[in-house]
Amino acid sequence: MKISSQVNKLLKDHKKHDIYLDHAATTPMDPAVKAAMDPYFCDKFGNPSGFYEIGLRAHEALEEARNKVAKILNCSSREIVFCGSGTESDNLAILGVARFKGKGHIITSSIEHHAVLETIERLEKQGFDITILPVDRDGFVNPKDLDDAIREDTILASIMYANNEIGVIEPIKELATVCRNKGVLFHTDACQAGCSLDLDVKELGVDLMTINGSKIYGPKGVGCLYVKAGIRLEPIVYGGGQERGLRSGTENVPGVIGFAKALTLCQDDKDKENKRLTQLRDKLIKGLITKVPKCFLNGHAVKRLPNNVNITILDVEGEAMGLFLNELGIYASTGSACTSKSLDPSHVITALGLPYEAAHGSMRFTLGHCTTPEDIDFVIEVMPKIVEILRKISPLDLDSNEVQEGHGNLHYK
Amino acid sequence: MNIKIVKTDGDVEGLAEQKWVYSPSVKTHFFHPENLVEDVNGFDDSDYNGVGAVGSPACGDMMKMWIKVDPKSDKVVDCKWQTFGCASAIASTSMLSVMVTENGGMKVDDALALKPQNILERLGGLPPRKVHCSVLGDKALRKAINEYFRHSKQFDRMVIEGSVMVDPDTRITDRDIEEAVLEGADDMDKLQKKLKVGIANKDAYAKAEALMGKFMEKYYG
Repeated sequence: MKISSQVNKLLKDHKKHDIYLDHAATTPMDPAVKAAMDPYFCDKFGNPSGFYEIGLRAHEALEEARNKVAKILNCSSREIVFCGSGTESDNLAILGVARFKGKGHIITSSIEHHAVLETIERLEKQGFDITILPVDRDGFVNPKDLDDAIREDTILASIMYANNEIGVIEPIKELATVCRNKGVLFHTDACQAGCSLDLDVKELGVDLMTINGSKIYGPKGVGCLYVKAGIRLEPIVYGGGQERGLRSGTENVPGVIGFAKALTLCQDDKDKENKRLTQLRDKLIKGLITKVPKCFLNGHAVKRLPNNVNITILDVEGEAMGLFLNELGIYASTGSACTSKSLDPSHVITALGLPYEAAHGSMRFTLGHCTTPEDIDFVIEVMPKIVEILRKISPLDLDSNEVQEGHGNLHYK
Repeated sequence: MNIKIVKTDGDVEGLAEQKWVYSPSVKTHFFHPENLVEDVNGFDDSDYNGVGAVGSPACGDMMKMWIKVDPKSDKVVDCKWQTFGCASAIASTSMLSVMVTENGGMKVDDALALKPQNILERLGGLPPRKVHCSVLGDKALRKAINEYFRHSKQFDRMVIEGSVMVDPDTRITDRDIEEAVLEGADDMDKLQKKLKVGIANKDAYAKAEALMGKFMEKYYG
């Protein structure tokens, strides 16, 4: 069939759906969260620093939210600092430790979110030494590598709990133990973990942990940093001394209340939801890998978030696939350079030892509360058709084994 | 439960008024590419007298172009292609193939003078960060025309670009870098956005950076 008719058939055979599969980018807000927040915009609007009744009420609500979060994290409410985003929380942890100590060596991994990597690279320019640990082919940081990298002057290690692109869950407990044994502070970016993983900071053994509202069906613009008692940070925002002086600025009362509500709902429901999502995830992985030729999974198949599917499809480019999906009403993301602000494709896919080609052809589907088995069936139905069309347009015929071994040798059809 | 994407006026967004990231012309050429080689194995390229390929899968775009030049009229009468890349790359190759073949074909000399800007204009523009996805087509075309000159023994017409190849994957030369610097690229980010040079190629990156410094000194020192 001619491509033009193939495209027409694909687009006309299917009514446009509304299938959101980018929950790692952000989640829709749970209506129950919105309901919990609602009174705090217009009615209970007070500034928690006020000494009068309306201020005291806001203060009380804020502290109640803080207690809820502390209970989930199994820590004291005095160890919870609210701020404006996951990125700000990461910045406060890393810059906070670095600026308090003034100098030293910082360790991180090659697959961190930009909120961590860019911050640490900035510190390098300002005179700190940094070590970026590699990950293995499955996406794991090896605790032994961390142990070997720690020096006399190491002040902090920051390694994410679960990766935002490939969903791999890092061995945080082991990594934190390595740091504790050597007296090095350990921070983890748990932004992707908030919905589905255990957040008990004592069990994990972390000193600093970042969570964010917009990935847990909560509001955007709210982040949270767990700061273990006794750890000194230099603030990055100065002013009225809110949040124990660590984050000045009038507290985002409705946001914090929404954050606490969202975290509570997710964590209460996680066993059941994880089971449901894992089944859908594995169905999607299996469906794509069996139906789309020259397609492979990125990141460990089991030790990954229950909602994350990241696959590479060779000879075609991610944005082009994404735009076909968009046309059918499926919203997903890609690691291709063509959707990033830089010209470089995903640093996470290349960190796995895969060539750039694998990153340009990568697609990420992240499932969520609204994902149904029918949604997954539809993706599995249309993806092979999209790939077939784009492969006809492409002059390439890359070798899947070569690419998976890390070589991007050029092969034409 | 599916999410309804609700617009501010409360209507559920329908097919009729979709949000689309590029111009309508890009959309048309992306979903309905023109002059495409649909089945390269069944494609008889014997009467095409020039072929050129540029780009690399590592840098995210690559394309192959076949042209047929009529020696009598010295016009490009047919142009076929295949592209690996994003929507902008696919649409700009498609548009280029239309531009060189429409109205009975473009004179070879005019085809040689085509620039990415000419394609961009016809496409109704691209977002600034996507311009780099459209800069390979004219180079593939020039390569194909050069090959036609070689085959037809018109050696005097071959464009021996009096310039140094900086990035063999994308065929970026020192002259391209000079032009980009004159157009306002003053750091490697901007240069790469304009030229797609040194992506996944450290040597080329270093060369480009050195040349950019040289031209910055020369023009803005």
